[in-house]
Amino acid sequence: MSSAIKEGDVHIEVRGVTLQYGERVIQHDLNFPIYRGDVFVIMGGSGCGKSTLLKHMIGLQQPAAGEILIDGENFFTAAPEQQLAMRRRWGITYQSGGLFSDLTLAENVAVPLQQYTKLTAAEIRDTIAYKLALVGLAGFEEFYPAEISGGMQKRAALARAIALDPELLFFDEPSAGLDPLSSQRLDELILQIRESMGGTVVIVTHELASIFAIATNSVYLDAETKTQLDYGAPRELLQHSEHEIVRTFLSRGEAPGDQP
Amino acid sequence: MDIVSDTATADFILPATSQGAEMELRGAWVSENTLPSFADMRAAFEQERAKRWQVSAAADFSWDSACMTRLFLCARHCTEHDIDFDYTAMPAGIRKLLDVANAVKPQSTNAAARPTLAQHLHAASAAIVHRITDFLGFVGAILIAFSNLLRGRANMRLRDFFYFFEQCGPQALGIVALISVLVGMILAYLGSVQLRQFGAEVYIANLVAIGAVREMGALMTAVIMAGRTGAAFAAQLGAMQANEEIDAITTLGISPVEYLVLPRMLALIAAMPLLCIFADVLCLVGGALVATGMDVSSVAFITQARGAVGFDDIMSGIIKGIVFAVLIATAGCQAGLQSGRSSAAVGQATTSAVVNAIVYLVIADAALNILYDKIGF
Repeated sequence: MSSAIKEGDVHIEVRGVTLQYGERVIQHDLNFPIYRGDVFVIMGGSGCGKSTLLKHMIGLQQPAAGEILIDGENFFTAAPEQQLAMRRRWGITYQSGGLFSDLTLAENVAVPLQQYTKLTAAEIRDTIAYKLALVGLAGFEEFYPAEISGGMQKRAALARAIALDPELLFFDEPSAGLDPLSSQRLDELILQIRESMGGTVVIVTHELASIFAIATNSVYLDAETKTQLDYGAPRELLQHSEHEIVRTFLSRGEAPGDQP
Repeated sequence: MDIVSDTATADFILPATSQGAEMELRGAWVSENTLPSFADMRAAFEQERAKRWQVSAAADFSWDSACMTRLFLCARHCTEHDIDFDYTAMPAGIRKLLDVANAVKPQSTNAAARPTLAQHLHAASAAIVHRITDFLGFVGAILIAFSNLLRGRANMRLRDFFYFFEQCGPQALGIVALISVLVGMILAYLGSVQLRQFGAEVYIANLVAIGAVREMGALMTAVIMAGRTGAAFAAQLGAMQANEEIDAITTLGISPVEYLVLPRMLALIAAMPLLCIFADVLCLVGGALVATGMDVSSVAFITQARGAVGFDDIMSGIIKGIVFAVLIATAGCQAGLQSGRSSAAVGQATTSAVVNAIVYLVIADAALNILYDKIGF
């Protein structure tokens, strides 16, 4: 593996993890760290288990083997209060937004604030105004998710995800279904938010433009061998990965070097 | 001025400067602390009556979203009141986030003025007209689909018909049996209290038989099917709508009514008469159970019941069952196909499917009873 050896503080550690649906193995023997402050991309072809891995990281599914340590702690063996405390530090956006369709955007962003903070109604209203402005949705407080476009839904979901200033942000296919410009805007937004608030970002994507624009580190999951093929910074992998399939993936089949 | 060194507090000072109002934020401006509110900050700025607000950070300043929220409100206030807001002296992270937050001009939400009574009435009547035209349009679409079916040109898969027949026939037997036996027992008890006064307990059989065959068998089965199958139709079709499956069917040139509604409706029409007969029999079993407890032998019960119920009575119940089947399928499929695209809308579709079906059922039942009475059926 041509992994770039990085110094730093490990935020998430994936140790010998196997992902399974029933008897069907999705991925096995995953081993890699995610360092604090990284924009870490989980990449790979469609159906290789990227989103499944994310679902395991955020505690929705338990690995069939191995463990995922976040801040040195395994979510599934933690005490219930500890799990709650861990969840409070995470912000997550889902593939299709995951906004509550019976709540307005303001009410959607208010849910985590009401759940975890003791802010007054007025403070919550102000915080919502700020968070929505941050994602470019100022003035859309009273809209329902069904009344806005897909790109706006993704941004509204981001506003809800950053409501509690999470130190760990998870994105499942943030730019899927967005036009290149909106997707670029979203990438910039993610970067800006991470830069100013600190924290680690984990993104599941197969959009090359996003991968090269924002990722500082990445892992490639292979659908054939059902395990991680390579780990390292995407640009590094594009040039020097020993696996042809990784180089091909990153250069979209063209000769390496064509990509910026 | 004494410097506050305790990071557990946050406050601001306004050092005297020559130009405009300058505010220095000190301490930990984080959510855990009690922070000065935006109103406090605005009041302090307004005392200076300046056309330019400036914020800066003291050496011990730290921040999170709570601080950002207040600065954002300051910035918005300044934009709205034509004041120059200067935050260049703040840390880079704050400057960037404020730039991002202010980059997009807020969408003007010119909140609609409160509607007047006349507008309310207009909207309400328009909604009623809309619902009626929706319903008639849907009934029309079903009739067209049926005429296509009769001419052998309907786009319907036979496999779907058998699948839904299985769903709304055999799979419903358990619940129909339970309810029917209980309804038969209730009818018998109801009658026995009255008939015992005349020593005419044996006529319990007549009451249960006529009540079950002409009325309760069909109606109770229909209510069960409205809750069980009508709701399922609405939820399936509503979820397909939300998932753009119905769009896909339409753009493939297939009529959703033929492809989705016909098999469901036909399956229900086929299953309902059978379920009605099944319910009638179990109603009588329930009645017989109670009657034997009241010194009416089961042989006497059966003889009485056979004498009371004619072929006409059985047919009248079955016709009701078929009419009810059409109404349940119509209510369920219409709610599903005309559902909105969100999960909340699918819930509403399911609710209105059941509520509409039950309203249709009771109205149709009353109408059929009047009709039977007029033609002596």
